[in-house]
Amino acid sequence: MNLSITKRFFISLFLTFPLLVEMILMPLGWSLPGHNLIAFLLTTLIMLLSAQPFWRSAWSASKKHHANMDTLVAVGTATAYFYSIYAMLFHQPVYFESAAVVTTFVLLGQVFEERMRKQAANATEKLLKLQAKSALVWRAGQYITLPLAEIQINDQVKVLPGEKVPIDGVVIDGHSSIDESSITGESLPIEKQVDDPVIGATINTNGTLIIKVTKTQNETMLQQIVDVVKKAQVSRAPIQKLTDKVSDVFVPIVLIIAIITFLAWYLALHLPVGQSLSYSVAVIVIACPCALGLATPTALMVGTGRSAKMGILIKNGDVLEIAENIKTVVFDKTGTITQGQPLVTDVFGSNKNSIIQLAASLEQLSEHPLAKAIFNAGHDAKITTLPVNNFQSLTGIGAQGMIQDHSIVLGNNQILSSDTKISNDFIQKTVQLEAEAKTIVYLSVDAVVIGIIAIQDIPKTSSKAAIAMLKSRGIKTVMLTGDNQGVAKNIGQSVGIDQVIANVLPTEKAETIIQLQKSGTVAFVGDGINDAPALTTADLGIAMGSGSDIAIDSGDIVLVKNDLQDVTRAIEISQKTFHKIKANLFWAFIYNIIGIPIAAGVFTNSGLTLSPELAGLAMAFSSISVVFNSLLLNETRIQ
Amino acid sequence: MTQISVLIVGIILIVLITWWFFGKHQVETKEAKMEQSKQIIDIKVDGGYSPEQVIVKKGIPTELRFTKLDNSSCLDHVVFPDFGINQALPQDQTTSIMLNTEESGEFEWSCGMNMFHGKLIVK
Ligand SMILES: [Cu+2]
Repeated sequence: MNLSITKRFFISLFLTFPLLVEMILMPLGWSLPGHNLIAFLLTTLIMLLSAQPFWRSAWSASKKHHANMDTLVAVGTATAYFYSIYAMLFHQPVYFESAAVVTTFVLLGQVFEERMRKQAANATEKLLKLQAKSALVWRAGQYITLPLAEIQINDQVKVLPGEKVPIDGVVIDGHSSIDESSITGESLPIEKQVDDPVIGATINTNGTLIIKVTKTQNETMLQQIVDVVKKAQVSRAPIQKLTDKVSDVFVPIVLIIAIITFLAWYLALHLPVGQSLSYSVAVIVIACPCALGLATPTALMVGTGRSAKMGILIKNGDVLEIAENIKTVVFDKTGTITQGQPLVTDVFGSNKNSIIQLAASLEQLSEHPLAKAIFNAGHDAKITTLPVNNFQSLTGIGAQGMIQDHSIVLGNNQILSSDTKISNDFIQKTVQLEAEAKTIVYLSVDAVVIGIIAIQDIPKTSSKAAIAMLKSRGIKTVMLTGDNQGVAKNIGQSVGIDQVIANVLPTEKAETIIQLQKSGTVAFVGDGINDAPALTTADLGIAMGSGSDIAIDSGDIVLVKNDLQDVTRAIEISQKTFHKIKANLFWAFIYNIIGIPIAAGVFTNSGLTLSPELAGLAMAFSSISVVFNSLLLNETRIQ
Repeated sequence: MTQISVLIVGIILIVLITWWFFGKHQVETKEAKMEQSKQIIDIKVDGGYSPEQVIVKKGIPTELRFTKLDNSSCLDHVVFPDFGINQALPQDQTTSIMLNTEESGEFEWSCGMNMFHGKLIVK
């Protein structure tokens, strides 16, 4: 017969009830009439219905030379029960209620524990529930509702206001703002227009969007996140090796201690058999190997689940211990500390609009990153570009062409080398802008410079705060960049970084990290695509996502949203999870180290004893408290 | 007299426990049987796993069929840390776990509380 744990608990509770009442009323001089017989009948039923599965599974485990928690419960209850039958026949004091009450309490513990373990493990289920169930897909001339599984790449999907974006895609019509907090943790809605990527399971707030599907259901960002979290939740933290060793020997050692306890009381201290046995039953019942076994996995589950909700994906349990020891955090400059896209910061000259117009017209034909910055500046200023004749790209210098019959040149200071004229005002301004670590582009019309444009890859708004947060935790910050010392230093200072290492070729990043590792554990923060070697070299690789794409394969921690403050949050939540594991282990060990001697009666002289019933209660609560303590990780404050 | 016999019984019990649980015992091992394009192994979950050690061939998809007979809450999940699998095993049912055994090596699995262990060997 196989009853669920909950059913077994309620049967046991119901049948134990009269015995519990008697236990409470006994000091008042009341006892059950015909106590022994009733206790025998009730306990026998409990053993058959509720405790028998413990015995069965202990028996099958021991046949394989294994012992676990069930072994202890089985040996404890069986000893109390069978001894009591013997005692009843020979008219000695019986201990039926020990067997009954212990069974009830242990089952009570398991009922709670089962619920809480489910709660700790359901982070991924919750994530998957974020997904929309169906989508409006364009098929044969109309939008029809289809389940997600039937959506294919390049399908056209309509997303109505207030609904979830069903799947990853790109906007092809309409505009709206989208709440991406469910996936990235970003609380502000994000404006989306044509060509912008959208993420499945985010919420479309106000406009109607038509999107072209770019990922199938099994490849979406949400699915990737779920896969990472699932893997992290079952990974093994190194600290667990200790408990693995202990739990291998735990149960047999407890059984041996119980035998010694009995021998000591019975032989050395001449206590009656019944009382001596009750001490050893208490030892068996109070010992709790499951609290040790649950300490690490439950904390890891809750910690990784919680961080995933914040857009921080911790990939395995090893990370936690490393994060604890981080001394230095190294940032890649471009795209990590800075936006990664150069912007026009200054335009100098008598007619700014015309400078931008001419420059943007010329650069609309060019592919250079600086050209893009200028073209975007023109776009932002709502300038219409002019037609260009005889366009010519000057390698390493810039570009030239004819606009409205004037010869226009845009480029770096090399365009000055020929007979181009430049006034003193411009030269002075150039010196000033270069001191601010900006890149200067000159615009000349018919060989006279009429304007200069300063371009810079400016730091993200969150960079300064993020670096301050790290410093306040006593972590040294370093920035790596291929830029020259001047530019690098300027940016480093503006965000408050401790050390700047400039002129680093992309291939040298990993080597630089090895150098830095000599003075302690190093974390590297970079984008997952270009920085893969550095991410693997560092003790802790933190890969930053960029909006819709996350580099899930690289790095030990993946940040879903492009916010540098998440670096600190990632380190913080890793540390907190690790501390939680240590606290759990500490309590689980201490509980057994203190509990077992008390149960064995070591402190009887000072009046401190534990009946098997109370030992069962203590054991039930010790594993519940470990799981509960882990669940508290969901509530801790993260900056 | 009773005292001495109780002492002897106690000591014998201690020795038996030590030998039974800490002594070296053979691990039940089984090789996979082939069925069409995959290899299948039936594993009984009852007071641990039988077999406890499973040998499969590299490069062929593997199906592990866990049949849970034991009521213990320890065994209600099976966890493969290397594969990111944490599978619930409903009571008295057979649950299939598909593994992609592309890499050779030894992969441990365990119960949800990490008390019972098994090992998958990919050759
Ligand atoms: Cu326990």
